[in-house]
Amino acid sequence: MPKAQLFITCLGDQFYTATLQNVTHLLERLGVELTFPHDQTCCGQPLFNNGFEDKTRPVASNFIRAFAKSDAPIIAPSGSCVSMVKHHYPSLFKEGTPAHALAVDISSRTFEFTEYLVNVLKVTDVGAVYPHKVTYHASCHYLRELGLKTEVKTLLNNVQGLELVQLNEEETCCGFGGAFTVTYPEVSRSMMENKVKNIIASDADTVVTCEPGCLMNVAGGLHKAGSSIRAIHIVDLLSSKEELA
Amino acid sequence: MSQDTHPYIGFEKYSEHVPPSIPLAVQQATSRFVGGRAARVAELPQWEQLRQLGSDIRQHTIENMDVYLTRLEEKVVASGGHVHWVETAEEARRIVLQIAQENNVKHVVKSKSMATEEIDLNHALGAAGIESLETDLGEYIIQLAGTGPSHIIVPAVHLKKEEIAVLFSEKLDINAQTDPIELARIAREVLREKFLNADMGISGGNFLIAETGTLVMVTNEGNGRMCTTMPELHVAVVGIDKVIPDWESLTVFLKLLARSATGQKLSTYTQFITGPRRADGEFGPKEFHLVLLDNGRSKILKDPIGRDVLKLFAAVPVRMFAPCIKTWAALRMAHLSRVPSGRSFRRKCLAHKLPANCRLLPRSAVRVPMFALSRFQSQQFSVTFAAVLRKAMRLRCQLFQFPFERPQILHPLHLPKTGFTDWVRVCCRSSIHSSAKIIGYQICLIRLIGGQRFDRFHHLVRDSENGGICALPKKRNLPDDQPCDRQHSPFFRAHRSISSEPAS
Repeated sequence: MPKAQLFITCLGDQFYTATLQNVTHLLERLGVELTFPHDQTCCGQPLFNNGFEDKTRPVASNFIRAFAKSDAPIIAPSGSCVSMVKHHYPSLFKEGTPAHALAVDISSRTFEFTEYLVNVLKVTDVGAVYPHKVTYHASCHYLRELGLKTEVKTLLNNVQGLELVQLNEEETCCGFGGAFTVTYPEVSRSMMENKVKNIIASDADTVVTCEPGCLMNVAGGLHKAGSSIRAIHIVDLLSSKEELA
Repeated sequence: MSQDTHPYIGFEKYSEHVPPSIPLAVQQATSRFVGGRAARVAELPQWEQLRQLGSDIRQHTIENMDVYLTRLEEKVVASGGHVHWVETAEEARRIVLQIAQENNVKHVVKSKSMATEEIDLNHALGAAGIESLETDLGEYIIQLAGTGPSHIIVPAVHLKKEEIAVLFSEKLDINAQTDPIELARIAREVLREKFLNADMGISGGNFLIAETGTLVMVTNEGNGRMCTTMPELHVAVVGIDKVIPDWESLTVFLKLLARSATGQKLSTYTQFITGPRRADGEFGPKEFHLVLLDNGRSKILKDPIGRDVLKLFAAVPVRMFAPCIKTWAALRMAHLSRVPSGRSFRRKCLAHKLPANCRLLPRSAVRVPMFALSRFQSQQFSVTFAAVLRKAMRLRCQLFQFPFERPQILHPLHLPKTGFTDWVRVCCRSSIHSSAKIIGYQICLIRLIGGQRFDRFHHLVRDSENGGICALPKKRNLPDDQPCDRQHSPFFRAHRSISSEPAS
């Protein structure tokens, strides 16, 4: 029985609890023994992205401590948090030190949810049913830092009843970017508006993404635009058992 | 001005003045770059190899820069040109002014050049009573309007054709129609007259070929060719990083450049200038001066990562930083370059207060190492978009790691440092994390909802009124849906008892 540890991430914890619960149900249905290290907090990405490298180190150490207790893979339904752990943790510690070795170990077994499903568990069909026209927004970190592109499409194509429509400028940023939104709200919003315009033009009734941050931004944008298009996380879509009409 | 005097530009305080209509219009206007690059790249199956080859050539040139620059000087002088080595921007301005004054120059025509923007040449010329006219159509329009560019690729993109017609009518004392072709005709007529009467042409350069001492310029409007052939005097201000070994290397860069920058196979004009005209009756200027600009570049060469960044900037269009930016725009994942906001890095914009409708592209951290390693603009850009850049850049380079490996050169970000310190404390102790973070998020949310600037996040609060801060739309038909509950801990605590957690 494969084991895994759940990394809940800040946004997931705060805004997308239901999504996290779906991760749990889904992975357990697939026979994964999922655990939840209770000492986990933030991965330190906000600090790191804003140039506070020294301050990131203790937060990263805390994360590593929490997850190093088990040697099971670490799963999170968020590309940017995974990317932080995967790509930047080793750079935080001096090479040759035990802390660095530990960081490399942790980073090597941290996976994004869809990445874990498709590339580790080799599951491409989770038995989901979702009879809707769906379009996909590729998140920046998920796509570019983790290099995940086909995984999510494979999963979506295997959802029963789902019709995947291409989003114009699919890989263009939605403008969220964490602290970027706070510092540059107007730039961020104009990027979001462009994204929402494309989503509406796609004629889909659902937009799916793998990133809670993008989801927050896009869902808010769609809501502001008075659109009835649903913005949901890939996990929630894959957990769907909606009956075929 | 020494590189240490480059001021920190707080883009965030300018970005709030962007009229809502402009960013979207610009994004739409520039979206044609998006498909263009992808299509051109797809035509070349060896694209990635070409990028690597370009990168290798740059690496080699940078490592042997002294050799190539010396060779370049020899060849330029042998072909009858003059070479001026300048270390600082101030020195560069002085040299150009000196050349102009010695030749009694009154009117200058300029082709678009980032090197001259970098040294703020127009103001120096203006102060000396010399008229300096930008001849790129977009640049001409904004110079006429007396404002700065709103976008790095398309400087006048924020102006509608109606506005341009009004501008032309006012400034040129004619009755201009709003027809774009007509407007272009008017500009062409005015500019043609200026080209014929100019005493001196100033340009930048895309490449300097050491093998033959040739200056290479790629342009689309043809104004660059007019600037460098009509007047009797041609001064090219080019960064030392533009040198390449030979013509064979050039073929690699020319394949990459236009495809990356504008989605063209080749720019409309590719000019090769080797010295001044050799005999009366030949075309071209009587005198050719090449101003080789250092202005901090050699300092960057000493830094291994900085060197890599320089590599990126080395093979770029006339606008010095345009390649990455243009590539942003060109690539489908490009975004920032398509949103005008903040301010341009251009010196002239720093010197002038810009009207509210002319906010400029916020420049990423990328440009800054070029000017001063010690003054990063904002890491948010670099981190958020570095990965985009890495893929999009014409040449492969380590730019991506740059901000991470040089954290000390970053400007402390504009978010309160104290908040970060508290966050570290909270995150390091899981016992207080659970409760503290909830308060933290509430505070963040209150800040986020504090104004219309963040109105797209209002729905998060709306949901919170009904028991839980949750961004998920309420009416979801997902069977496994559970009520939004921000108290994750009980769920996971309960869950933990089911799935055995390893001993902690």
